[in-house]
Amino acid sequence: MPPDRPLVLVGRDGQRRVVLAADMNALAASLRVGMPATKAQALVPGLMVQDARPEEDAEALERLALWGLRRYSPIVAVDLPDGLVIDITGSEQLHGGEQALLTDLVSRLGSAGIAARAAVADSWGAAHAVARYMRRATSIVPPGGVANVITELPLPALRLSSGVVDGLRVLGFERVGDLLAQPRAPLTLRFGPELGRRLDQALGVLSEPIDPIRPAEVVEVRRSFGEPIAAAETIAKYIGKLVTSLCSELEGKGLGAKRLDLLMVLVDNSVEAIRVSTALPGRDAKRLARLLRDKIEKIDPGFGIELMRLAASWAEPLSPKQTLSSLIEQPEADISDLIDTLGNRVGTDQLYRFAPLASDVPERSVQRVAATAPVVGNAWPDHWPRPTRLLSSPEPIDAVALLPDHPPASFTWRGIRRRVRRADGPERVFGEWWKRDAELAAVRDYFQVEDDAGERFWIYRAGDGENLSTGSHRWFLHGIFA
Amino acid sequence: MPAQPDRAVVSALQDRVRSLEGGRNHERRVLPFGVRDIDSRLPGGGLALGALHEVAGGGNGAVDGAAAALFAAGIAARTVGKVLWCVSQQDLFAPAIAQAGLSPDRVIYVEAGDDKSVLACFEEGLRHVGLGAVVAEVARLPMTASRRLQLAAETSGGIGIAIRRCRRQSDATDFGQPTASVTRWRVSVMPSKPLPVPGVGRARWQLELIRCRGGESADFEVEACDAKGRLAVPSAVVNRSSEKEIGRRIIAA
Repeated sequence: MPPDRPLVLVGRDGQRRVVLAADMNALAASLRVGMPATKAQALVPGLMVQDARPEEDAEALERLALWGLRRYSPIVAVDLPDGLVIDITGSEQLHGGEQALLTDLVSRLGSAGIAARAAVADSWGAAHAVARYMRRATSIVPPGGVANVITELPLPALRLSSGVVDGLRVLGFERVGDLLAQPRAPLTLRFGPELGRRLDQALGVLSEPIDPIRPAEVVEVRRSFGEPIAAAETIAKYIGKLVTSLCSELEGKGLGAKRLDLLMVLVDNSVEAIRVSTALPGRDAKRLARLLRDKIEKIDPGFGIELMRLAASWAEPLSPKQTLSSLIEQPEADISDLIDTLGNRVGTDQLYRFAPLASDVPERSVQRVAATAPVVGNAWPDHWPRPTRLLSSPEPIDAVALLPDHPPASFTWRGIRRRVRRADGPERVFGEWWKRDAELAAVRDYFQVEDDAGERFWIYRAGDGENLSTGSHRWFLHGIFA
Repeated sequence: MPAQPDRAVVSALQDRVRSLEGGRNHERRVLPFGVRDIDSRLPGGGLALGALHEVAGGGNGAVDGAAAALFAAGIAARTVGKVLWCVSQQDLFAPAIAQAGLSPDRVIYVEAGDDKSVLACFEEGLRHVGLGAVVAEVARLPMTASRRLQLAAETSGGIGIAIRRCRRQSDATDFGQPTASVTRWRVSVMPSKPLPVPGVGRARWQLELIRCRGGESADFEVEACDAKGRLAVPSAVVNRSSEKEIGRRIIAA
């Protein structure tokens, strides 16, 4: 299919064949969604016309929703015909904030060939409107700022049926703000309750529960309560019961859970969710219940919880295996449950080990790996002593030194002058030209110096002391020895 | 009244105090430093396991905590099992920790963001059975928090080391506040071991045992951790090789 030819999808609207979707080229050729198919073909010669297949679109959207469920939040639903709605309450931190999450979402969709726009707002209605009518790839409506933003948007942003929109246009309404300024009663009399409901939903006055999508193959247990529950102890008790029954189901299928989603449907039909993940698949009920209970304080039960649903949204095969006998050596204690507990508390990115990386530049010689990553076995080369603390960026110091390769006789750091009593060096570190062109000639000469009081520092001179092309010949302090 | 207290009576009383304190009758296990001068000053002949210990730096070290961190790494290196190291902001240079004998594969770092979370992670780690040591860098350690930590360490039998690292030099007095830790150390840097040639020798520390439950405070001058995390007491005779037999060649005819 040639990419530069305009493409439209057509389908039936009553008795007429109309354009249901148009690509960028078609829009540029002044074709509009909703115009008759024959008119479009007459306007643009060589127009590619395909039949719309809404069922397949809906299926694809559902697959996308499942992807969003795995990746972003336990509450994801399809917003037909062309959108997704994701409740990110509490899960934006795991992605580095709202803006980072939106950017990640749009760029991932973009790399899959889907041009997407995304918005974060207080309510489903507002996010829907802003994503579709703000003409920006990502937009964030600050909390409480919905009313300011949606006044400028056109009427279709409110998810009204086309009949209502046409009727309002006849009356001279163009923007959402025009409607907000009007008394409600006459409008409701004329257009029915839908208009007021959609306005309130967009403003967040009326709650609009999201019915999250549920993958068919996921192991799930549920429990509904005749009397809504709200106390933390009660919630903890039922979490224990749900986890126990989930684990027995998992055992029957030979699976272990890597991630659990606990959804709680409240009395007002809104949904609270907590999500915990584990480093290794497991079905130890006590351990999984502990992870969920740690998050109870994040739940706002409102007027009470009516239904609890626990799903192992990510499960992996887990078969029993024989452990090595401890005849020869003591097996290393299992700490994966501690890693899970801490990881769910501070975030998995904040839990790491350091591993060596082949680089002579000190700040590049260390990389962070996941706490459960396989053991590397080797450490850094041990030719020179290394400082315990490394400053995040080297601090310039004033130093008096003989060129080319003597350590300084004295230096001033943070306003304090120190006389150098003993020194070791230089240890020459060359720039890595294969990483950046600017480092082709760069050199650092590191010295370990000790002052009168016995304090030991790691300082370096940028440059080799002879050629200015190798560096500025200024001195920096980079670390503190023990 | 006898001038010398009866040994049997004293030890019986000590046992009784211990059973009152500990609640359960477990044997006290220790991690010796392997340096006779230090171990003889510590009750049980070493650093108590299942206990909380505090380390701070002296002088500028109270802020940068470099020597205190390496001292803690040396202790952790001599334990068995993984080590959890909780910090609020990461500025440790891992190669230095590896040079104190603590392999990077053994240390799991938690970057918790603030002191409160660090203490929570510290306690979580101390409660966990199977870790060799749990180290945390905190600025403030209130009495209540330290007691919780001490109890957590007693239940698991792990060794907990709180590195007290203040934000400003003026906050260093906070280290004088009482806590429930079993021992309290201050590590200050001293001029390194003199070498016959230009260069920096093995680092030396002034190690002060400020407080020790069931023991007396003491001062030591030690040489910093070697590649196995062991301290050493500098030999009194300067510039003498401790192993004279190495490199000696003898002709026998």
